[in-house]
Amino acid sequence: MEEASRASKFAYTFIVLFILWLVVTASLDSQELVAGAVISLIVAALTHDVFTKAGLANLHPKRIAYAIAYIPYFLWAMIMANLDVAYRVLHPARPIRPGIVKCRTVLTSDTGKLALANSITLTPGTITLDVDEEDYFIHWIWVQDDVLGAKDDSEHVEKASEAITRPFEKFLKVIFG
Amino acid sequence: MNALAAIGEALVLIGTFFYFLSALGLIRMPDVYNRMQTSTKSATLGSLGVMVGVGIWALGTDFGSAAWLVKTIAIATFLLLTNPISAHALIRAAYKSGIPLWEGSVVDKYREHLEAKEKVAEEAPAEEGGEE
Repeated sequence: MEEASRASKFAYTFIVLFILWLVVTASLDSQELVAGAVISLIVAALTHDVFTKAGLANLHPKRIAYAIAYIPYFLWAMIMANLDVAYRVLHPARPIRPGIVKCRTVLTSDTGKLALANSITLTPGTITLDVDEEDYFIHWIWVQDDVLGAKDDSEHVEKASEAITRPFEKFLKVIFG
Repeated sequence: MNALAAIGEALVLIGTFFYFLSALGLIRMPDVYNRMQTSTKSATLGSLGVMVGVGIWALGTDFGSAAWLVKTIAIATFLLLTNPISAHALIRAAYKSGIPLWEGSVVDKYREHLEAKEKVAEEAPAEEGGEE
């Protein structure tokens, strides 16, 4: 993704900070709003260069719609992850078969890779160990049979990506590019 | 308004149960990687349940207001965004400092990857030496 202009970055940072101020103060008093706007302007002026690369392009309606649709999908995956953990911890035989597998992602932006790594960490049985360019190294608590029985490296990567990263990529590809 | 308080109490109870599972996982799992698995996920969802539960609970009481719910959701969002990053940093540091995987582990692609990288780094200077 190409880099946005300074004004666009500044405006985006200001909008995000001001929404954050509204949420944290949780009041619509006019004095609070003015103070929030002034402080957001100062902080945005200092930090807009490191805060964002794409600027206002992040507020494209399609991206926001996908981000909102992603929230319940992600929360559902998280609840399933915790029931999975509950099963593994409470089961007397402790059914774990851990291993580190390799996945490949189609995401290109750094923010998208961060969001994918976070999503992987909070969903069933997987935790991100390291990210190297487009390769993800993931500690899996129960390595599935078809991944374990893969004949060579490329088949292993294909099967592991199918199981771990694909479900999130279709959302994150649109949200972050 | 008592229904809101009841929902909040139920959410806090569920969150506490996941906290308990998180602590139990620390005791039952065999190595640091599997302990990170259980503690990260359960502690995050447990915290979300407790925080949002308190926010909804406050709506159902006399002294509470909507500001409680908004603030607890903000705190929960920050926690949701930062917790996996700290888990990732811890597990990566554990691997880099040489803590072995559990003997029951079936596959380690990261070791292969690091060894392949090392090999490339070793071969590159050798080629330069050959040209001279």
